[in-house]
Amino acid sequence: MKAEMNVYVSMFRIRFAHNLQYRSAVLGAILKGYLWAMMEVLGYLAIYRTGGGALPMEFSATASYVWAHQSFLVLFSVVFADSEIYSAIRSGAVVYDLARPVGLYGKWFCQSASNRLSFALVNCLPVLLLGAVTPKPYGLILPSVTQLAFFVVSALLAFCVTVAVAMLMYVSLFYFISQRGIRIIVRVVTSFFSGGVIPLLFFPKPLQRVIRVLPFAAMQNMPLQIFCGTIRGTNAAKGIVFQMFWLLILILAGSAAMKTATKKVVSLGG
Amino acid sequence: MIEFTDISKTYRVAKRQAGMKHAVASFFSREYSEIHALQNVSFSIDDGEMVGYIGPNGAGKSTTIKIMCGILTPDAGTCVVNGRIPYRERVRHVREIGVVFGQRSQLWWDVPVMDSFDLIRDIYRVDEALYRKNVAELTELLELGELLKTPVRTLSLGQRMRCEIAASLLHDPKVLFLDEPTIGLDAVSKLAVRAFIRRLNEEKKTTVVLTTHDMQDIEALTERVLLIGRGSILSDGRLEDLKKRIPERKTMVIEYQGAPPALHPKMTQAEHPSDGRMTVRFDPSRLSVSTAIAHFAAHTTLLDVSVSDISTEEMVAKLYQEYRL
Repeated sequence: MKAEMNVYVSMFRIRFAHNLQYRSAVLGAILKGYLWAMMEVLGYLAIYRTGGGALPMEFSATASYVWAHQSFLVLFSVVFADSEIYSAIRSGAVVYDLARPVGLYGKWFCQSASNRLSFALVNCLPVLLLGAVTPKPYGLILPSVTQLAFFVVSALLAFCVTVAVAMLMYVSLFYFISQRGIRIIVRVVTSFFSGGVIPLLFFPKPLQRVIRVLPFAAMQNMPLQIFCGTIRGTNAAKGIVFQMFWLLILILAGSAAMKTATKKVVSLGG
Repeated sequence: MIEFTDISKTYRVAKRQAGMKHAVASFFSREYSEIHALQNVSFSIDDGEMVGYIGPNGAGKSTTIKIMCGILTPDAGTCVVNGRIPYRERVRHVREIGVVFGQRSQLWWDVPVMDSFDLIRDIYRVDEALYRKNVAELTELLELGELLKTPVRTLSLGQRMRCEIAASLLHDPKVLFLDEPTIGLDAVSKLAVRAFIRRLNEEKKTTVVLTTHDMQDIEALTERVLLIGRGSILSDGRLEDLKKRIPERKTMVIEYQGAPPALHPKMTQAEHPSDGRMTVRFDPSRLSVSTAIAHFAAHTTLLDVSVSDISTEEMVAKLYQEYRL
């Protein structure tokens, strides 16, 4: 078990070193995060001014949601720049991955988690800070300590659920030739139903009842709602159990699917 | 010990004719064709052997290697490597083998080579002392030195290939599979890689299975050659014995004065005589070299003679022709 962890830790290290090489990309991501969040907050402001009191979240809560969303964007994106995994499948270089004494599911899970985590570590804090210094009510309001603790646990789970969904997508790429099409569909569906476009609370009530039980709701929706205070206390705890449930199902499904796919995998040429 | 018994593997490949009409049609219904990559292939390789595996493109070489590495599962037959069935116990099996796929890279593109080596050490759980010893040894033999601190993307192909080979040997594998290790390399790098592989086989008794299109690799490295074509093993034996199967394998070039001499009945003309030069071919088992020279010496004023054996390159081309590959 310890040796297994060592492998994962070194994979994270190599990813981290890799991402740090691209300084301008990091700077660009910070700038984009800040400007995009500002723009969204102002957009919501316009809606709140004209929409009256009929909206499901307070303006300051929505603003916090937007800031947190932008800060942790990378952690909760199913489709992210996992280029080495995409090209491994496309070019057939996956043969090297299969020639290693580690399970492919664990290796790729760790690889894509490291990818997101190492990128988020360098770019999320600056955006959070920028959000915190932006004046009220446009800025971000830090939650209470209890909520923050709930948030950390929930964010970790959401992060793992996100990667587990990404794993299912990678497995599907063994069967499809066009990766681009799949990536576009997955990106749209996962970000829309996980509250990446607008918070799930803004969805029509009947639709919400369905969406709230889907695995997508176990992704960024949960930690972000905990962060901005629309899910609190017992509900937050229930939410975390819900996330654990989906995480387990997705990992089981993903590793089973991976087993089948690699059995059938055909790597022609070369 | 590698044992390959009656292995067959078939791929199903979607095909369609070119053009818009067929593109649309194939969207709704696909036609598949079956490619028999391997058909009842059997052979066995002893520990410490160095075997060359040759055949034209698409003959099934890579498929064989991938089965031996546990990456592909054959449709029929059994493969046993070091007492294990590779595709059943993949993780345990690959711990004891090293692989280099010449056309792909196992090193991380953007980070220094050493970082990739460290990661491989952790993946294979190589003991730290052994790892340091191996890195030092490989660095010396393959002249890696400064390369280890360089990001892979800035290496030349030859430099990268040396690093790739080193990377596949960090965990002291018992068997090394090399799939076209010298592809695209310049003469100096090829020689370095060959010398290294030979030394590895001699000193560490590592079993080496090598596929290549470069016949000089085969000549320099392997005693035994497996020839595969259209999914079947066509011959298995020493390179010299393979050469003996080509009948007219001696080529003689003579320079003479005056009119072109008549041929000995057991010779064939390879090129038309011109400018006092003539090239002939013959089978040394039917006509000895000395008789051939004596024949010309008796019939013309001989100025110069040179005799050469068929090159491995030509021989393989001939064999491919013979088997209609």
